[in-house]
Amino acid sequence: MESVAGRAPKALLLALGLGIGLLALLPPSLPTYVVIVLTESLIYAIGAASLDLLLGFTGLPSLGHAAFFSVGAYATAVLVTRHQASFGAALAGSVVLAAGVSAAVALLALRATGIYFMMITLSVAMCAWGLAYRWVSLTGGDTGIVGIPRPRVPGVGLASGALAFYYAILALFVVCLTLYLLFIWSPFGKTLVGIRDSESRMRVLGFNVFLHKHLAMTVAGAFAGVAGSLYAYYNGFVGPSTVDLAHSMEFVLMVIVGGPGTLVGPVLGAFAIIFLEKMVSVFTDRWVMVLAAVYVVTALWAPRGILGLLGRAR
Amino acid sequence: MQFWVNQSFNGISYAALLFLVGGGLTLIFGVMRVVNIAHGSFYLVGGYLGVVLSARTGNFYVALLGAALVVALGGAALERVFLRAVEGDDLRQMLLTMGIALFFQDLCLLIWGGDPFNLRGPVYFAHSLHLGPFSFPILRLFMIGAAGVLFVILWWFQERTRAGAMVRAAVDNAEMTEALGINVPVLRMGVFGLGALLAGLGGVIGSAFMGIYPGLDFEILPYAFVVVIVGGMGSLGGALAAAVILGLLDNFGKALFPEISYFTLFAPMGIVLALRPSGLFGRA
Repeated sequence: MESVAGRAPKALLLALGLGIGLLALLPPSLPTYVVIVLTESLIYAIGAASLDLLLGFTGLPSLGHAAFFSVGAYATAVLVTRHQASFGAALAGSVVLAAGVSAAVALLALRATGIYFMMITLSVAMCAWGLAYRWVSLTGGDTGIVGIPRPRVPGVGLASGALAFYYAILALFVVCLTLYLLFIWSPFGKTLVGIRDSESRMRVLGFNVFLHKHLAMTVAGAFAGVAGSLYAYYNGFVGPSTVDLAHSMEFVLMVIVGGPGTLVGPVLGAFAIIFLEKMVSVFTDRWVMVLAAVYVVTALWAPRGILGLLGRAR
Repeated sequence: MQFWVNQSFNGISYAALLFLVGGGLTLIFGVMRVVNIAHGSFYLVGGYLGVVLSARTGNFYVALLGAALVVALGGAALERVFLRAVEGDDLRQMLLTMGIALFFQDLCLLIWGGDPFNLRGPVYFAHSLHLGPFSFPILRLFMIGAAGVLFVILWWFQERTRAGAMVRAAVDNAEMTEALGINVPVLRMGVFGLGALLAGLGGVIGSAFMGIYPGLDFEILPYAFVVVIVGGMGSLGGALAAAVILGLLDNFGKALFPEISYFTLFAPMGIVLALRPSGLFGRA
């Protein structure tokens, strides 16, 4: 599993620059609906890429990423609607809480590897769903938390219009992406890839494998918290469906559809799944069937995702 | 006193249901090493089929066996057609079972709609057995009895029959077992079908006990997973012990701390993982 980032940073940077340029220039001439879908895609891209840090770069197949995303979303919802927190305070609170929960879960989940790790992270995420559903006084239960106002962004003012909000999210997306790249290019990131490829070798070389994995999970949880917080602002509503099993798996699907361990792949995967959902929903109510087909096709024929297929064609 | 006896009894009858779902998953897990997300779907489909069959035939036991058999055959077919194609790759297998689970979720929604169904069992299910100041509903007694009988049969199968010995061998070392001339792929298909059968039985019994509705597949799944994690993967005895622990905790949790009741699942899992990562009866 060779990472695109490691192979051709120049081509990667070029592609990223081009993509971000398009994302910055095109929206004013696009219909509002497309801008809204692009906003959602960017938020999910932040979340999916944070899972790629675990799944693709560290080799930790976490099936509970929606739990950390939702900790961020609920934290923002509670802070904004009940404590009138500012954008910065809500975002910071969400990130710290999501990172903390992720660090606590990591302590348990990292006692297992492979398939056991998958089952544990999945079960933890379902417990989080149970809390969201039943802890009515905090989460609002099935009705969730409604009426989260759009944030007041410094310099932009109230980002209430679809376009202004879009640019605020795009700016944060670029910040997150830069941090991701710095993270995976750092010696720490290289060590994670080493752990993915051969844990025993890294242990013999004297690396503290548990600590590295634990920090990776904490960092990924923090970024999932960023995505969750932005999602709460975007959606204006947070409910138990943000933390359910299907949602956790959707992050995994985005990473794998795009190409795990490439960072760009999961971003593409997030855009592909979100756009597919919106387009399919126009024609039919059976989106879940289509999604099921995407899972099966990906599992059977494209386990390395879009970028994997491209790489094979070359 | 009454509170504790009643809640304990309710907890143990719930444990019976958890054993059916988790026991099937632990069998599948032990032999195949698959994170089977479609396991909840076997429960869901079994429950709906049970409702339909019992309405058609008017006989609960025909519905119970019929629905479970259909689910078992369907499970075996899914293993043969889909799962075998991606054998040995955890993540691909998991994605595949997720696709299958979503497919059945939407299919059930399409066929049976969003309303909950209740399976009306035999008339005597509604009665209770009275013992002094306590009363025990027949339905719950039946659940406990069914789970007990199945545990004994499965235990006998695994420990005392030749096929069971093959399964145990495949759990320990699939490659070596295959080298000895045992047809492991067929064994896998059989075990997957057996696991689906148990989940299907659970679905029919569960729909008589607490109804069946969309979303129940993913709601029951974490219980099954935690039963497997706490009991130790592949261990039937572990699954039984874990089911009893979880059933009791869940019931007392719901009665005493309703807001965080789902969280009572998390506590035993956390403790077991911290002290014995391979589960109560699991081999490291």
